[in-house]
Amino acid sequence: MTNQLSSASTVGVPQTFPGYLLQQARLRPDAPAIREKDLGIWQTYTWSETLEEVRLLAGAFLARGVKPGMNIAIIGENRPRLYFTIAAVQSIGAVPVPMYQDAIASEMVYVFQNADIRYAVVEDQEQVDKLFEIAEQHPVLHTVVYDDPRGLRHYTQPQLLSYEAFEQLGREYGKAHSGFLETRIPRLSAENTASMFYTSGTTGQPKGVVLSHGNLISVGRTAAELDGIDASDRVLAYLPMAWLGQNMFSYAQWLVSGFCVACPESGSTIENDMREIGPTYYFAPPRVLEALLTHVTIRMEDASPIKRKLFDYFMQVAKVVGPALLDKKPVGLMNRLLYALGDWVIYAPLRNALGMSRIKVAYTAGEAIGPDLFVFYRSLGINLKQLYGSTETSVFVCIQPNGEVKSDTVGKPIPGVDVKVSAGGEVLIRSPGLFVEYYRNPEATEECRDAEGWYRTGDAGYFDPQGHLKIIDRAKDVGKMSDGTLFAPKYIENKLKFFPHVKEVVAFGAGKDKICVFVNIDMEACGNWAERRNIAYSGYADLAAQPEVAELIAQCVASVNSDLACDPMLASAQIARFLILHKELDADDGELTRTRKVRRRFIAEKYQPLVDALFEGKAEQFIETAVQFDDGRKGSISATLKLLDAKRFPPQIKRAA
Amino acid sequence: MMKMENMSKVMEETQQNNSSRIGGVVLSLDNISLRFGGVKALTNISFDVREHEIRSIIGPNGAGKSSMLNVINGVYHPQEGTITFRGQQRKKMNPTLVARQGIARTFQNIALFKGMTVLDNIMTGRNTKMRSGLFAHALWWGPGRNEEMVHRKKVEEVIDFLEIQHIRKTPVGRLPYGLQKRVELGRALAAEPSMLLLDEPMAGMNVEEKQDMCRFILDVNDQFGTTIVLIEHDMGVVMDISDRVVVLDYGKKIGDGPPDEVKNNPEVIKAYLGGH
Repeated sequence: MTNQLSSASTVGVPQTFPGYLLQQARLRPDAPAIREKDLGIWQTYTWSETLEEVRLLAGAFLARGVKPGMNIAIIGENRPRLYFTIAAVQSIGAVPVPMYQDAIASEMVYVFQNADIRYAVVEDQEQVDKLFEIAEQHPVLHTVVYDDPRGLRHYTQPQLLSYEAFEQLGREYGKAHSGFLETRIPRLSAENTASMFYTSGTTGQPKGVVLSHGNLISVGRTAAELDGIDASDRVLAYLPMAWLGQNMFSYAQWLVSGFCVACPESGSTIENDMREIGPTYYFAPPRVLEALLTHVTIRMEDASPIKRKLFDYFMQVAKVVGPALLDKKPVGLMNRLLYALGDWVIYAPLRNALGMSRIKVAYTAGEAIGPDLFVFYRSLGINLKQLYGSTETSVFVCIQPNGEVKSDTVGKPIPGVDVKVSAGGEVLIRSPGLFVEYYRNPEATEECRDAEGWYRTGDAGYFDPQGHLKIIDRAKDVGKMSDGTLFAPKYIENKLKFFPHVKEVVAFGAGKDKICVFVNIDMEACGNWAERRNIAYSGYADLAAQPEVAELIAQCVASVNSDLACDPMLASAQIARFLILHKELDADDGELTRTRKVRRRFIAEKYQPLVDALFEGKAEQFIETAVQFDDGRKGSISATLKLLDAKRFPPQIKRAA
Repeated sequence: MMKMENMSKVMEETQQNNSSRIGGVVLSLDNISLRFGGVKALTNISFDVREHEIRSIIGPNGAGKSSMLNVINGVYHPQEGTITFRGQQRKKMNPTLVARQGIARTFQNIALFKGMTVLDNIMTGRNTKMRSGLFAHALWWGPGRNEEMVHRKKVEEVIDFLEIQHIRKTPVGRLPYGLQKRVELGRALAAEPSMLLLDEPMAGMNVEEKQDMCRFILDVNDQFGTTIVLIEHDMGVVMDISDRVVVLDYGKKIGDGPPDEVKNNPEVIKAYLGGH
């Protein structure tokens, strides 16, 4: 498929990312390419400056002995220098392997060994410390380059090099080999590996997904054309670099379209930076949108009664009118006027507060999004759309076309991508963006791809009458209860997660006679709620154990059940019992993936006594669990949790309006 | 954020590094006595502070620690004794003079401007460095404007150093206690002091906040070579980060030396465990 693609592309259109970089530097040398906030001021690199930085780094890698095909680790937050590194590594034919900056050393060791990584470019002391911990088990580590020198003055390891010193190597190499970049880049082809991304996976060891330049460029370009993304756009790069989603939006499409990417000042300033930059093209997984909505809800609770009334009234108007306006459906004059008024007093200021005033198109993906959450953003006039895809498919498989946005589907396949549903209900994909292979893992590659090139996604889904793909759940997660009722855990979890007080939910029920759930409360929302009611608490565990909080969550569960009762398919799949966990589910404890998805099976094993107690109908249960603190120390926490019954509702065929 | 896992290792390294970097005596207090009417706050106390070291003053409540700091700072004027700072001997110090000579301090009870932003609060630390007149600053014109840009850059470096970018524009009164303490340290650092007096910088903090604060104090000492005089109640912290410790009790000096020596001093043990 990549062959077809490269032969189809016309002469002069670059085939590789470094090729695109040369093109952008030629087309718009003085246009801003990438920005970062340093000492409170946005600093800009133009496209020609970007090319020069990449040239220095590429020379430095060659000077330090990097050969084509070698894997280079890149670890850190979104920083221009790390993006330059990706381009530099690619331009000499080596392979960048971005890794999660918050992963702990023991998680990284596997990747370093699997990919035989000898060179790494990292952000700061935190990462350097981790690398030398890894080096104890992986002594072939040859070079570690760091961006931020803070705290590293007394480090004497011979492998260690500052970014500046590294660039100096490149400068010298450039003097001795003038024009090396311009001769090397055209030698690369679309079939060359562009990058490798390790998928954390909800089960087993991570797998390295090998993606070629052709893979990423073809779908990246198609998707950009579909939604009119061009050089005038602005993007904020705030999700982990190691996640292909972020890489697609702030690297692949950046080079292909030539827009400007901004890197936030730090992880805690994203909201501010978003307001300052005003991105036109935005991507957020549901959890980020959820957190933003929770934030808005909390602030509205603190607002004066008049403001609250106005907000509630106009949000009702928006819910009805907003999505219809976005879809260009006919809307009555009165509603148009009301919406215009609402836009003036509520929607526009709110969009501004969210930093979404200038958004042309926003995507959400990664997980199913709650319909109410989805409608909230659309009703404000933000063109939020769902897309479907994964690392293996270079992000884009389906996108909701403008004017055909529905909250329960993920849209239509983009041009060039074939999607079909197997007899077993599994979604199969054939696409020019389909990955080359899992690195050094032919069994896994073979297992998920057949001879005709169809990739098995592992997702259960179907096409609706309009040709939109609808994803139900992960195929292996969808089960049946003992009485044969369909059990789709994610569906129930998402319904419950929509409540601002609920952060995370894990549902159990496959093969059982009832459905039980674990609930994680949202510390910010619940804390605010408790404060308002003068409920004293000392910390997360204490707040989670408050009887008032249990009552609050019981109401949320009851309301989900009453909704389920109206669905003929799921009326008997109501939540029977629940408990509120005493600790937050955490990726460091292996309970979530690094992209913050719950690892249901792992949690079931880890909290086995709690699961058993729920199904046995006990009223409380003692549990002791091992935890890993932020500094890497291990400890355990114990608690006696209350197990509660949920209010259930008789099935209703149609609720009387 | 910084990871704590290598904290103690780094602390040790920093200390070793310091012992080779510690210079001569910069501040020397000789036979200081301070009385408020009939109350003897300090009696005949002598000790010195060396260049680049972290010097702690400890002691039970009411031992005279804060009074000692106020004497160095020039807020209190001792009735007897002399203070020698960088070769100049004085009977008493004067707060403005002290600030101009490069000594900055933080307070036990946070003394920030609650209604002003973090940025503005730290900017006030640049006060002694400002040269332009009120008029030029008020009009934000010419030299006044250029000067402000220079100061703002310095303040931004402090903000970056203390990792408080996200609260740059937040009024200080809205911040939690631990962060307010950090802002206060920021204001002291903005003065680019050669000596920093810290009055209980970790009081009322939780373990994580304390670790962060320790990290910042060590970094200040390491990166800028700032001499630090520290009052602190948390013995663990004091023993971990100090080069030398002075122990006061009822206004008298009962111990002085490296942490290990002080820890085993019978008088110090008695003062802390009671039994007078």
